[in-house]
Amino acid sequence: MSSALELVTRVRGVRGAMLVSADDGLVVAEQLMEGIKGSAVAALAASLAGRLRRAMEAAGIGTSVFWHLQGDKGALVVVPGGGREGGILVVAVAEPDVNIGLVRLELLRAAEAML
Amino acid sequence: MPEDIRALSSQLAQDPQSLVFLRLGEALRRKGQLEAALRVAMNGLERHPHLADAHDLYARILTDKHDYERAFDEWDMAVRIAPNHTGALKGLAFLYFKVGDLAQAEAHLEAARKVEPDDPSIDQALAMMRGGITPPAPEPAAEPVDSPTVASPTVDVPTVDVPTVASSPVPSPLDESRVFAGLEGANEGLLLVDGAGRVLGGALKSNGADVTDSVAAYLAGVSQEAARTAKLLGLGSWSGLSAEAQHGNVHLAHPTPEALLLVVRDRGMPLGRLAILAQRATAMAKRWLERG
Repeated sequence: MSSALELVTRVRGVRGAMLVSADDGLVVAEQLMEGIKGSAVAALAASLAGRLRRAMEAAGIGTSVFWHLQGDKGALVVVPGGGREGGILVVAVAEPDVNIGLVRLELLRAAEAML
Repeated sequence: MPEDIRALSSQLAQDPQSLVFLRLGEALRRKGQLEAALRVAMNGLERHPHLADAHDLYARILTDKHDYERAFDEWDMAVRIAPNHTGALKGLAFLYFKVGDLAQAEAHLEAARKVEPDDPSIDQALAMMRGGITPPAPEPAAEPVDSPTVASPTVDVPTVDVPTVASSPVPSPLDESRVFAGLEGANEGLLLVDGAGRVLGGALKSNGADVTDSVAAYLAGVSQEAARTAKLLGLGSWSGLSAEAQHGNVHLAHPTPEALLLVVRDRGMPLGRLAILAQRATAMAKRWLERG
């Protein structure tokens, strides 16, 4: 698991990566720079993922395979790596100008590596 | 000397990624073949969404078609991509001139003159504006306008309604059917809700069923959670949320702190292009909300 996260954190601008239990928002594994609170990231990412999943299902487009929250000081990038509900979220916290496409690729690889 | 359309078409067919579509689109526009020009420009934009010249070409064609609302968005996008794009600056000045916002028109012309101080058309247009020349009455659009620059304000329509230009002198009443008017795919996959999950405009369908209200209800929660997450994780204020799903892509944005905009498209539209579309929809929604 940690090697999969390491590939994510190698991307320039990524401040940390982690695996999160989507059901309860607890940290499964993490590789974070100092100053990032893993437990907070895990809880908030899982909560937002749950709300987003319900909205997307209501819209009839199925469950999400990737999402990205952009802020002016940073970004949260998530690939749900499990089943319809629950499962594992692969999460990255990044600088605002990070190459999102590259982060997405590495998160998808990390999610595949867990299967 | 007009370019050879057949030769340009052939070049483009051989290399669809090339920028020859700019010359072909312009040649078609000048010949008055606006639908063909529009298709060429749109195809080019799909391949080069971040090319300011492509947005400029598209805007000029839209102007010839008197679709000023979308032309404004395209020139606005061109200037966002390339702030010194004189074609787009002159185009915006032209549209501001048409709605009577002379201050904005002059400001855009001045900006263009700083970039191209030797362009006589800019001085000419500025002199006309400052001289208080009144454009003639509207006339039928029998001929396409040769150029969208403000050098030709006297040959076009001065009183046309451009409802989404922020400085429109006579704001029209709030009309939810107009919120996304003129935007690509305006009739589907766009939803504007308030902070309490009430629908302000747009609609969503899934397999023929109207899912507008249920999605709106969920979106309110998503918006609050996104704001909370961004704040607590030190991400600053959130500007957008993009997501890929099994059967579609979505982009969420908030035109105002109290409103949330959802754009849904099928998987064929990449997230980057969806973000551009959402940016335009956000600007339109913001103007619409401010006019209300």
